[in-house]
Amino acid sequence: MASKPSIMIVDDEEIVRTSLSSWLLEDGYDVVPVESGKLALEALKKKSYDLMLVDLKMPEMDGLELMKEVKKFLPDLPVIIMTAYATVDTAVKAIKEGAFDYLMKPFDPEEISITIKKIMKQQMLEQENIYLRKELAKQFQFHQLYSKNKKMQEIFELIKNVAKTDVTILIHGETGTGKELIARALHAESLRKDRPFVPVSCTSLTETLLESELFGHEKGAFTGASTMVKGMFEMADKGSIFLDEIGDISPKLQMDLLRVLETKEIVRIGSTQPIPVDVRVIAATNRDLGKAIANGIFREDLYYRLNVITIDIPPLREKPEDIPLLTEQLIEKVNRETGKSVKRVSQDAMALLMQYRWPGNIRELKNVIERSVVLAKEDIITLNEVGPCFGRNVKDGISSGGSADMSLDQMEKNHITSVLKNNNWNISTSAQILGIDRTTLYNKIRKYNLGEDNK
Amino acid sequence: MDTLPIPVRVLPSIESPVYAFDPDRKQYYSTKILRYIVNSHSDSALRTIGITAVDLFIPILTYVFGEAQLDGKAAIVSGARLKQEYYGLKPDKRLYVERLFKELMHELGHTFGLTHCDLSYCVMHLSNNVTGIDKKTATFCENHRDQLINKLKELEIPYGK
Repeated sequence: MASKPSIMIVDDEEIVRTSLSSWLLEDGYDVVPVESGKLALEALKKKSYDLMLVDLKMPEMDGLELMKEVKKFLPDLPVIIMTAYATVDTAVKAIKEGAFDYLMKPFDPEEISITIKKIMKQQMLEQENIYLRKELAKQFQFHQLYSKNKKMQEIFELIKNVAKTDVTILIHGETGTGKELIARALHAESLRKDRPFVPVSCTSLTETLLESELFGHEKGAFTGASTMVKGMFEMADKGSIFLDEIGDISPKLQMDLLRVLETKEIVRIGSTQPIPVDVRVIAATNRDLGKAIANGIFREDLYYRLNVITIDIPPLREKPEDIPLLTEQLIEKVNRETGKSVKRVSQDAMALLMQYRWPGNIRELKNVIERSVVLAKEDIITLNEVGPCFGRNVKDGISSGGSADMSLDQMEKNHITSVLKNNNWNISTSAQILGIDRTTLYNKIRKYNLGEDNK
Repeated sequence: MDTLPIPVRVLPSIESPVYAFDPDRKQYYSTKILRYIVNSHSDSALRTIGITAVDLFIPILTYVFGEAQLDGKAAIVSGARLKQEYYGLKPDKRLYVERLFKELMHELGHTFGLTHCDLSYCVMHLSNNVTGIDKKTATFCENHRDQLINKLKELEIPYGK
C-alpha cells in the first residue's frame, strides 16, 4: 500500500488546527498542523507534502504571501486557501496567484472532502502521466540517444549488430547530429565497454600537436617535451578511440593513421620503438569524403580502412518527429542542471520548433532549449522564449526561399512546398505547421499544382 | 450487520450539554462534549460513546454526524441530522435507528484506530450526508474487520465467536 497522503495545515487559530487535523486524521491522511507561515516554510524543508491548507489571514506572513514563497521552490504543491471572510476579490486573487481552491470557513464536510479527493486524484494522475511518458521515452531511447525515426532505429539496430566486432566504423553526419553519442553507444554496446573511450577532436589542434596528442612523445622529442607523454591511442588501449572530424587531418597524419590501422602499433614521437595497441577506431566526419578523395585531399586507402561500416546520421530536419521527444528530454536535463521545473513547450512554440530547419541540428536545438528553460518565467516555454533564440536566422532556417521581387502567391507556393518537403508530404503535420486545416492545404496544393516531384 | 462481542452498559442520561452551545451557530461544539465524555469515562469500560439529539459542529466544519478520539476512549454521535424530519420528510424510525447504528459503529471504529475506507459499502466509509449513510452497509470490509480483530486481540477480546 502506498504511504498516506500528507497534508499541512497552516492556521494561527489553534481550534481550527486541532479540529481540522482530527477530522483529516480520521480520513486516513498524515496531518501536520503549524501555526505560522515561517514555521510552514521550515516544515516544508524537512519533508514533502501532497497538499497545504493555508489560512488567508495570519499575523506576520499572510496566506497569499506564504503561498507565493512556497510556489518559488515547490510550484506543483497544491495550496487551498481558507478564510472566514471570503470576498470575491480575495478569491480571485488567490486563484490567480496559483491556489488550487479557495474555501470559506467553516467548510461543508462534503465540499472539503471532495476537494481533497480531487487534488489527490489529480496528483496521482500527474504522477502516472510522468511515469508513462518516461516509459514511452525509454522505448525510443538507445543509450543517450532518443529517436522515433525509422532510419535512426535502423542505426540503433546496426550498432547492436556491429558493436561486438572490432570493425572500424565511420560515422557521417552534419555538425550537431550527435556523432559522438553514436560513437559512445557503439563503445557501450561493445565488449570493450569497461575500458576507456577516448574522444579526440582532430580539428582543434595543429598538425604537430595532434600528432603528439595521438601518438605521445618521448622525453626530449621536441622543445618543451620535458617528460614522456603517452598518446591517446595508448590511453585507449583495450578500449575505443573516437576520431572526430577525421576529414580535416593533414596528409602526413592520414598516412600515420593508416599505418596504425594496418599494423596495430604506434610509435611515439622521438622514438623508433613500435608499441602494440589494441584499439577500436571509430571515426566521424561531416565532410563528403568521396569528394575529398576526388579532390585529392583525403587518402583513398585510409578511407577504405575507416569505412568498413558507415553510419549515416540523418539531419534533424529530416526527422521532425523527433523534435518533441528530444525537446522533452532536453527540458528534463536542463531542469535537473538548473533546478528549474519547466514542464513543456506551448503549442505555437512547438510549431515553430517543428518548422525550423535546424542547420545546427540537435546541438542547436539543445542551445535553444537551454536558453528557453533558463528564461522561462512560468513552467511552460512559450514563443516569448523560443522566438528570440532564432533572431534573424529564423527566416534562413525556415527557408521558404523568398526574395524582394516575389509575388505573394509565389511566396505562398514556395513556403507550402518547403513545409511539405520538410515533412515528407505528410498532410496533417504540414497543415498543422502552416496553421491551416487539411482541406485548405489540399486546395492550395491543387491551386499551385504541387506534386511530390516539385522542386 | 456487524456486532462487536462486547457487552453494552447504558448509563443514565445526562443533561443537555449547554456548555457546548454556540449561540452564533446555534449548534453544539462536539469536541467539548467529547471532552466531557472522556473525563467521565470509567476504566471499567472499554469505550464510552455518547448519543445526543442536538446538532453538532466542529469549528472548521458546518456540521458533523459525530466525533471520536482516534484510537482513544470515547466518541459522540448526533441523531439530529439522521432523522427524516430534519429534511422535511415523514418520520421513519426504522431508518433512523439503522443510520444511528451505522454512525455508532463508524465512530467506535475510529476509537479502535480505524480510519476511513474507500469502499463504499464499508461502515468506515466517510459519509457526509444521509444518502451516503444509507448507501453503506452496517458491516466492516475485510481489511477493516482484520484491523479491528487485531486491535481487539491486543485488548485480549475474542472476536467472531
